[in-house]
Amino acid sequence: MAAPAPTAIDPRRALAEPLRWQWGETVFWLALLLPFVLAPTYLALASQIAIAALFALSLDLILGYAGVISLGHAAFFGIGAYFAALLAQRWGWQEPFSGLVLSGVAAAVVGYLASFLIVRVSRLALLMVTLGLGVLLGEAANHLTSITGGNDGLHEIDVWPLLGRFTFDLYGRTAFLYTLGVLFLMFLGARRIVQSPFGLSLRGLRENAERMPSLGVPSRRRIRTIYTIAAFYAGVAGALLTQTTQSVALDVLSFQRSAEVLIMLVLGGTGRLYGGIVGAMLFLVARDQLATMNPQYWLFWIGALLIAVVLFVPGGIMGGVKALRARVGLRP
Amino acid sequence: MLAHLLGVLFDGLAYGMLLFVLSVGLSVTMGLMGFVNLAHSAFAMLGGYLSVTLTQRLGVPFLATLPLAFVGIAALSTLFERLLYRRLYHAGELDQVLLTIGLVLMAVASCAFLWGTQQQQVDPPPYLFGYFSPFGIDLGFYRLFLVGVGAVIALGLVFGLERTRFGAKVRAAVDNQRMARGLGIDVNGVFALTFAVGSGLAGLGGALAINMVGLDPNFATKYLVFVLLVVSVGGLGSVGGTFAAAALLGISDVAGKYYLPEAGAFMIYAVMVALLLWRPAGLFGRR
Repeated sequence: MAAPAPTAIDPRRALAEPLRWQWGETVFWLALLLPFVLAPTYLALASQIAIAALFALSLDLILGYAGVISLGHAAFFGIGAYFAALLAQRWGWQEPFSGLVLSGVAAAVVGYLASFLIVRVSRLALLMVTLGLGVLLGEAANHLTSITGGNDGLHEIDVWPLLGRFTFDLYGRTAFLYTLGVLFLMFLGARRIVQSPFGLSLRGLRENAERMPSLGVPSRRRIRTIYTIAAFYAGVAGALLTQTTQSVALDVLSFQRSAEVLIMLVLGGTGRLYGGIVGAMLFLVARDQLATMNPQYWLFWIGALLIAVVLFVPGGIMGGVKALRARVGLRP
Repeated sequence: MLAHLLGVLFDGLAYGMLLFVLSVGLSVTMGLMGFVNLAHSAFAMLGGYLSVTLTQRLGVPFLATLPLAFVGIAALSTLFERLLYRRLYHAGELDQVLLTIGLVLMAVASCAFLWGTQQQQVDPPPYLFGYFSPFGIDLGFYRLFLVGVGAVIALGLVFGLERTRFGAKVRAAVDNQRMARGLGIDVNGVFALTFAVGSGLAGLGGALAINMVGLDPNFATKYLVFVLLVVSVGGLGSVGGTFAAAALLGISDVAGKYYLPEAGAFMIYAVMVALLLWRPAGLFGRR
């Protein structure tokens, strides 16, 4: 008796299936608009969260999908932030949308160059090289005071009103809708990227870096590509920060920023796109609340939370939600 | 001029020996189990605070607190190894990094809570104060003491690893863990003991560091970077590599601060990145 033929999987359908928009996602994105109505005094914080979420999404592309750890991702965030500042202040290019794109491209160019170094190392050496490159850039920015303003940073960076109509108001309404809108658009882009055949090959590299080359995947080129894209995303996030706060300071390049985005992403869950957004919300809201009570000791709780996530909820909050849904019998 | 140069070299060497004591334990344990333990510098910080508490509260002489810091931190680290680390030996390095970063954050906040954020100090015995100047070179007694301690520890470790039965087991486990298990070596036991000794050395380093670089709750994060630098440049699992990298880093850091103060940390990181791109396994690493 012949064994039954294995059911063929249509690759097109397998790739398209996860792209289907679920109703829960619509609810999620509509809920993100709630602060506009419910907490108008917290709109500045909400914009910060959207920016951090975009930054975490950028890290998710390389860490969550390609499995490349970075301890210096703030480098690209900082390049985007400073480039947007120079563009508006020094070079007189004050249109915000094109400013975002140009800043992202600037970060992507540096990301592309750095990616040639990144693919050469792995494990501890990768951690140290990304950390080292981040610190080097921070030191360089600190010394090039004529360009970056050094420790003082750059202030009073004005951009034109959005679409020629909406000025960045004092309450942060325009800034909130702007950052959230950019986050949403770039989220859609990231979704397409990770569900494409290219994204699939990245996940293959994450799971088994030795096997993929033998399947004919040019692994180093794939890593370089996603690293460049992630640098673009981080650059746009940095530029958003500059445009909405009208200033930029050295801390955009700091190691602390690199570490925080990693923590946000892990709390939310890596390799899920939504993880970065959820993690950024949790992290920044918790810091806002705890820091007013006891600024010094909030580190203790974030450390405890990290340990708890690693030990008990691998996959972060989004991973935990997925496991819960599977347990009650819903589609994961 | 030459005397000044030699003086700077000596200061750098003393600083390098401090870095060696702080990092050698991590190099050996990471080489052995491949566990990325970023909390190593937190153990060092706790060793420092243990020494501070013993001298200030209980009046124990500073030199006597050094072995106590070693033993205390070795015992404490064994507890952590049993409760936390052992669960993650087979997890990815990201999980290990995150767990141990979590520990560092908790240690920083706890030390700030228990001892405050101010700089701590301890008093070494009077004969370790001051300096003497043969041929015009300023040699501080405490720094001489550090160089001596570093040399003794390096020799002790090399002897222990190369000449004893236990050291042979450690080397076998580093080279090929599965083969070592197959030969009946209790690799977990070997690791637990090595981990305790390595962390104890960190605790000793933390206590030695107080008189040289000070101690406050940011010690763990500040020296974490230096320790990782030494370990990655020296090569995992290599005592000699760690020694060379620590001396190199200590001398270039101190010399950089004397002669090129405006360059800041730039030189060290540039050299590290270049070295790691050239040899990703470190100067003396085998993998």
